[in-house]
Amino acid sequence: MRFLPTAEQRDFTRSLDALLTASDTPSAVRSWSAGDHGPGRALWARLAGAGVFALAAPEAYDGMGRRPVELAMAYRELGRHAVPGPLVETAATTALLCHLADGGDPAPAKRLLPGLLTGERVVTLAVPDGEGGGYVLDPDGANVVLVATGAGGAEEARALHPGRRLASTPAPELRLAPGHGPLLASLDPARRLARPDPGGELLSTGPLLAEAIGCAVRWARLAAAAQAVGVAEELLRRTVAYVKQRTQFGVPIGSFQAVKHRLADTLLAVEFARPLVYGAALTLAPGDLAAAKATAGEAAYTAARTALQLHGAIGYTEELDLSLWLRKARPLRDTWGTPAACRAEVLAAYS
Amino acid sequence: MDLDHTAEEDAFRAEARAWLAAHVPAAPLPSLETAEGFAAHREWEAGLYAGRWSAVSWPERFGGRGADIFRWLAFEEEYWAAGAPGRVSQNGISLLAPTLFDHGTEEQRARVLPDMASGAVVWAQAWSEPEAGSDLASLRSRAVRTDGGWLLSGQKTWSSRAAFADRAFGIFRTDPAAPRPHQGLTYVMFDLRAPGVTVRPIGRLDGRPAFAELFLDEVFVPDEDVIGEPGQGWRIAMSTTGNERGLTLRSPGRFLAAADRLVRLWRERGEDRGARDRVADAVIGARAYQLFTYAGASRFAAGGEMGAESSLNKLFWSEYDIALHETALELLGAEGELAQSPDGWGEGYVFALAGPVYAGTNEIQRDIVAERLLGLPKGRPR
Ligand SMILES: Cc1cc2nc3c(=O)[nH]c(=O)nc-3n(C[C@H](O)[C@H](O)[C@H](O)COP(=O)(O)OP(=O)(O)OC[C@H]3O[C@@H](n4cnc5c(N)ncnc54)[C@H](O)[C@@H]3O)c2cc1C
Repeated sequence: MRFLPTAEQRDFTRSLDALLTASDTPSAVRSWSAGDHGPGRALWARLAGAGVFALAAPEAYDGMGRRPVELAMAYRELGRHAVPGPLVETAATTALLCHLADGGDPAPAKRLLPGLLTGERVVTLAVPDGEGGGYVLDPDGANVVLVATGAGGAEEARALHPGRRLASTPAPELRLAPGHGPLLASLDPARRLARPDPGGELLSTGPLLAEAIGCAVRWARLAAAAQAVGVAEELLRRTVAYVKQRTQFGVPIGSFQAVKHRLADTLLAVEFARPLVYGAALTLAPGDLAAAKATAGEAAYTAARTALQLHGAIGYTEELDLSLWLRKARPLRDTWGTPAACRAEVLAAYS
Repeated sequence: MDLDHTAEEDAFRAEARAWLAAHVPAAPLPSLETAEGFAAHREWEAGLYAGRWSAVSWPERFGGRGADIFRWLAFEEEYWAAGAPGRVSQNGISLLAPTLFDHGTEEQRARVLPDMASGAVVWAQAWSEPEAGSDLASLRSRAVRTDGGWLLSGQKTWSSRAAFADRAFGIFRTDPAAPRPHQGLTYVMFDLRAPGVTVRPIGRLDGRPAFAELFLDEVFVPDEDVIGEPGQGWRIAMSTTGNERGLTLRSPGRFLAAADRLVRLWRERGEDRGARDRVADAVIGARAYQLFTYAGASRFAAGGEMGAESSLNKLFWSEYDIALHETALELLGAEGELAQSPDGWGEGYVFALAGPVYAGTNEIQRDIVAERLLGLPKGRPR
């Protein structure tokens, strides 16, 4: 057993970290929030160049093969740097298209994957029956809006509707949305939501698609969990730095026990979430993925609450970059499976 | 990165599983905090030792199997999954043994370890004093030089299992004039039946004499029972507290098995929806602890050290254990009140409640995490 990153994996994340550090992601996030996707798209292209979008795609499509562990590591970096855009949706789309292709329906993958992997095309995905409540993320910044409906397979239906018994499941469909409704502001201004318009070109249907949607949900949970861990780590790092430097009563606030203990608990949450994420990447078991998603989401939210509290009023301002991470934590926790939905899934998968 | 086991690890696990299946008592033993239960547990440990499963990570010459950390973890998973009894030798095995491996002499190891592993000699930890708990270095019990050894005097308290144990290990002040409280302390082993020792059992929350107070009046300890150099007791003690907080005291196997029992209880009780999230958290927590441990073990196997991470470990399992038992009690409803509740949940609950107190309180562990892992400035002295 070696439940530790290999040297290559460490090099990969280090170079990604360097790329993102050099890219001034905070200003890309702020532009993205204001509807200017230019800097974000440029960043997106650099990430594609580093291979980030090729980590769930087979080599036949110029992907790097399925590499869930590397994907988790990469998404953790994306979280640490607050990269904007439909990142989770990109991983989910890739997994969905590849599952279709592997099962004998390669047309959608042939059509959409090449642009997606090179970063020329940004694809976003909604699974309105299940995760995300029918909204699609960042349709205005994307070139392609995919909508999957009516997952049919028993396992997938359960993945999408934990704890609910489904009387009849409609035939699943994957469509290219013809457009989308008005943009709706999210609690995180870097996330822009809309409802996809109904109809559009039918790309796939049938039992294979149902399975593929289940697969997409699982990869989405992995990607979101990893991103949440990154967000949590960065919130903690910034807060630790702040409490060492901010003084009150003549000493750094970080020397007060109440402050220390809250940070220690936050570290505890992060340190026990991270192994769940990597463990889930290794097994790709639905229960493990749900456990990782629930725990990482809660860790990110705990870190956000701690960061806000310990920064005092300055933490409550939008001009401090901290806000870019603070506002990400809650949506990441709740999309692609709320903690409650994920916990139900954990028990459903427990034998 | 992988979670793969080697063929040897699988074979080792299979051998352990087969042995445990053939030997674990069908009915649970009486509580080890009673005289009757203590004797029954000793007997169980003697059998474990005969099968060389009592301390698998020890070298073969002391009755172990020289198992590395991954095989040890596999054994622990099997041990708890098989429903095997709690370990009466735990204090010795998790605290004194590592101390002897790091700081003892070969003669001490050969003399002490086999009898510890077989349950023939059960050890108690005599560190805490009435005036020295979290501030352990302020301890006042002393050891005074005499011919061929030392004379111990003073009072120790909260010594787990000392009511029935045979011997104890502890730290004593040998140089009252040392400039700092951490200096001039010496680590010794002593006989709980030696002249001058009075053991007063203390009832735990559930009334069982699970720990005891020790009154020491010029108790003779020969030089051969001093561990390491006199005056170095603090350093020696601190080098092994990581074991107490870390893995050896609470291996993941125990919680994986407990989470399993909890899910079974939940299903038996009709999958109570109100408790669903907490049952799921028990499953998730056991898995998180297992994977956290695997990561630490991998680092360790690759030459890394287990340092202040053991404080994270201790915070995690102590709080997890309480939450798990609270959930079980809730599922049991009225039966949860019974001291003899089904499947031992009631006794487990009372035991879990002490977790945030012993092995260094959780407040102290949070200080350690904040200062050593997060690099925050030291506050008021500890
Ligand atoms: C079931 C059980 C078994 C035990 N077994 C053993 C044993 O076998 N051998 C042995 O030697 N001891 C044993 N102990 C004792 C245990 O190690 C001590 O209880 C522990 O170290 C705390 O000391 P104390 O009880 O004196 O509490 P105190 O140190 O008096 O602490 C009381 C409270 O104050 C808090 N506090 C103290 N100082 C600080 C600080 N600087 N910052 C913040 N909070 C602080 C503590 O965290 C705690 O909440 C056992 C205890 C229990 C409950």
